Amino acid sequence: MSLLRIEHISKWFGQTQVLHDISFVFEPGRVNMIIGPSGCGKTVLLKCIVGLIIPEKGRVFFGDLDFLQAAPPQRRAVLQNLGMLFQSSALFDSMTVGENVAFPLRVFTQKSEKEIQDRVAYCLERVGLAGTQTKYPAELSGGMKRRVGLARAIALNPQYLFCDEPNSGLDPLTARRIDALIQELTEEFHTTTIVVTHDLKSVMDMGQKILFLYNGHAEWQGSKQEMLHSFDALPPNLQAFLQASGLTQ
Amino acid sequence: MLQLIVRGLEDFGRYLLLLRRSFTGFLRFRLYWNLWTHESIQIGRDSLFLVAIISFFVGAVTTVQTAYQIISPFIPKSTIGAIVSTSAILELAPTITSLVLAGRIGSNIASQIGSMRVSEQIDALEVMGINSATYLILPRLFGALVFFPVLVIYACVIIHAGGIVAGAFTGAVNPTQFGIGARSFYEDFQIIFMLIKAITFGFIISTVSAYQGYYVKGGALEVGAASTRAVVISCLMILVADYVLAQLLL
Repeated sequence: MSLLRIEHISKWFGQTQVLHDISFVFEPGRVNMIIGPSGCGKTVLLKCIVGLIIPEKGRVFFGDLDFLQAAPPQRRAVLQNLGMLFQSSALFDSMTVGENVAFPLRVFTQKSEKEIQDRVAYCLERVGLAGTQTKYPAELSGGMKRRVGLARAIALNPQYLFCDEPNSGLDPLTARRIDALIQELTEEFHTTTIVVTHDLKSVMDMGQKILFLYNGHAEWQGSKQEMLHSFDALPPNLQAFLQASGLTQ
Repeated sequence: MLQLIVRGLEDFGRYLLLLRRSFTGFLRFRLYWNLWTHESIQIGRDSLFLVAIISFFVGAVTTVQTAYQIISPFIPKSTIGAIVSTSAILELAPTITSLVLAGRIGSNIASQIGSMRVSEQIDALEVMGINSATYLILPRLFGALVFFPVLVIYACVIIHAGGIVAGAFTGAVNPTQFGIGARSFYEDFQIIFMLIKAITFGFIISTVSAYQGYYVKGGALEVGAASTRAVVISCLMILVADYVLAQLLL
């Protein structure tokens, strides 16, 4: 399992600096959480890591590969080893659920149609949506779309799984199901999972290593146990964030 | 004013860069082939009825109005056929058809790609290692390049049909006279010129609309605005290109 690390990431949008010199080493094979209040730069950081946004400064390493400076074929090789669950699910509207999950398999593998259909059925079953292959995204609920998004993300058995606000806008029960699913998939496929969220219940459910962002600064990083057991040693913004969630009472 | 020019130049630069990007990073041929057939159906088959209706009436109206303007008994009736036919080949079929298709296909391309942008589907393609510009723009571009000439030829035939029917119906010119007139001024180069126009306009509509959709930021409102912009800019570009081609080639 290649180590994923970021070094001195800084990003500006016009005159506004949204990320300030952020460095972090993600723990391989575990669920890593990037947390913080809305607008603190979590999603921007995630998009910088996967190359959707290019930071003005800093580097992203997948193993020894400097991802942002790598040649297109090397970048493509990394990206094919990476699954991402988007906040909006980002399912292709014009394709059925089955075609969505099969899409990366059709593009990047030489599998036969039967092998593809078997893999699609397995991935959908794994997220609890067996038999939904012929439905279109418009026919699904928000929670189902996220699960299809997860099924598509794991179709190629990726080393890295990125989840952007996986349970925002979902009811608490569905949100917990999604959390549990992400944790199970991380353990089953031994992926390095990076979850962006402001939902502290998710952190409690599955967080193992945590990066806390505040106004684009990395204010704190550590394990869940450290966060919960050394409350007084935490930076004031993180204390306030935890208190606001009611988890410390 | 200066700001507007700078912004226009910036947009044009980004448009050229996007075009260049859409010709790189190919994946499997079969992937693009499937998309191309899908887009071709949308551009070609789904436009047939609209193009037929508009072309028929354009032909009919041109014939009636030409007949109205020719009042001298010394001018043979076949002149009506000559004027309508030449106008159809040189101008009406390629330009009117393209202006109509700019509304139908241009807005469709811009809103499809724009919706994919705002719902993060383009990001999903990029994260999978797929060049989204190639994947989204190239099949639409080639669909337009292949099917615009076909639609324009189809429109040209129907304009002639509309002219013949209207001429006969109003008694302005009978079909035989119309045919004699149409053949009298015909040159093969006119067809080549018509096809050059069709290909140029197809290129403009597909790429300008794709560009407008690809760089949408925001939500549904911005997708609608991009769709409108795609139609307006495509129409303007078609008219400019129409003049330039006429000046250069005739």
